[in-house]
Amino acid sequence: MSDVIPPQNTPPAPPVPLKPLGKVMAITSGKGGVGKTFVSANLAAALAKRGHRVLVLDADLGLANLDVVLNLYPKTTLHDVFTGKAKLEEAIIKAPGGFSVLLAGSGMVEYSRLTPEVRDDFIRIMESLVPKYDVVLLDTGAGISDVVLFAVSLASEVLLVATPEPTSLTDAYATIKVLVGQQKRQNIRMIINQTARLGDGRAITVQLQQVLDRFVPGEPGRPVRLVHMGDIPADPAVRQAIMRRQLLMQTTPSCPAGLAMAQLAIKIEETVIPKTA
Amino acid sequence: MTSPDPALIDLHALRLDDARALLGHAGSTTLPEPDATPAAYLQSVIDGLCELSLKDPLTGLANRRHFRAVLAREIDIVARSGNSALLLMLDIDHFKKINDTHGHLAGDKVLQEVARCVTSCVRPPDTVARYGGEEFAVVLPDCQVSYGEAVAERIRQSLAALSIPVSPVLNLQITMSIGGAFAPVWVRSTADLWTERADTQLYRAKAEGRNRVCLDHQQVISVSAEEKSLLFGPLTMGEPAWIESVSNEATDSAMQRLN
Repeated sequence: MSDVIPPQNTPPAPPVPLKPLGKVMAITSGKGGVGKTFVSANLAAALAKRGHRVLVLDADLGLANLDVVLNLYPKTTLHDVFTGKAKLEEAIIKAPGGFSVLLAGSGMVEYSRLTPEVRDDFIRIMESLVPKYDVVLLDTGAGISDVVLFAVSLASEVLLVATPEPTSLTDAYATIKVLVGQQKRQNIRMIINQTARLGDGRAITVQLQQVLDRFVPGEPGRPVRLVHMGDIPADPAVRQAIMRRQLLMQTTPSCPAGLAMAQLAIKIEETVIPKTA
Repeated sequence: MTSPDPALIDLHALRLDDARALLGHAGSTTLPEPDATPAAYLQSVIDGLCELSLKDPLTGLANRRHFRAVLAREIDIVARSGNSALLLMLDIDHFKKINDTHGHLAGDKVLQEVARCVTSCVRPPDTVARYGGEEFAVVLPDCQVSYGEAVAERIRQSLAALSIPVSPVLNLQITMSIGGAFAPVWVRSTADLWTERADTQLYRAKAEGRNRVCLDHQQVISVSAEEKSLLFGPLTMGEPAWIESVSNEATDSAMQRLN
């Protein structure tokens, strides 16, 4: 059972037009429960602390747990914008960490069918939002779904969250393969969460890179490259913050995981956010 | 207060006549024996009704309800197992002309023969369904690309070679257009999107002149056992010293490449 990607006689059109917008970073993972939303929220807080205007968007259309993590229950959501009940500005709310959030609302689940109209609406909303922020983070769903792939297709950068667990790594690898195969992604940024020892995350990224080198050639002259953005060490403070439904960057920013998040923010700032002249 | 024991339900108190008549009309093979126990009798009525609710009466194929259930289950399996599956949508070319020229009985006969022919071209675990009107669908679980291509072409050729007697003096030839899409491996998708992709290929087959197969290969991405085993070679061995030596060396060179 080692089938390969079939040779394609005619290059098929991508399922959704890849329309990456600058300053937009999709935060995704193969497996659920690896800390995707935790990273999204705390990275946003860390970037906000450094003076950036940050928007986090629930790009799993109502299935992300951003509202739970941030302890926010807004009256107005993206769903109301879609149904014409509210203006876009009314659905954007201030999160505790000093950044803005756009929650999808549970009603958005019905849009997971992703008709061309929904795609167009979503792209229009993104296009109007992006200029107002220094960076937009898309908190995508767990696993790889059509909705996730669509959300990722709108982002110029992809940050893949994984843990050292074998299941997480397999799913991360499959995700990378899908992103390379379908969206012709060349660079994927990696953050390894819950590492036990210093250097574990980097070793994992290297391992993934080696398997990719062998099995996923990418486009001619454009080999797939993983960029290791750092490790977030396993840290009891993370669990405490999550259970209290507070941001780690607010409760204990100087704990090991908090420092790692701050470092990640600096790296994102250096590589993703365009320098203002 | 205890609720009545379900085993004590009196069969005579249930209105089963309609159900029994329905099964009789449909020529159901699972009609209960007259001397069956009440539980066996009821079970066979239920089984018969379930079967009826999943079948297309004209062709005996899976009906649209059954097809939707199979499709939803299959997309779930594909996302978990990583083994691809193929959905084919088939449409009889110029079927309206057959109905208009030779009458609806001739049309029905054609549908029945097509159903028989398509079923004979696929494996037992594959599901052939009547999607509606003159449109059929086939779900092929665990289907490699080469097999999918071969089977779609086999169906097309077998149908084109068919000579369907619609009256003692008239045999009809038909052709079919076939569109297909592989389920996106490792991707949580929906039955609707999968159907939509196969339908797009069916329209393409029609637009390109009918009597042909068009497949959407695009989302066939899989992770082999070899790749999986390489992913956690050193990491799951639990040999710290070795990990460190490997990772340091590999890290440096890899990071040079990355930067």
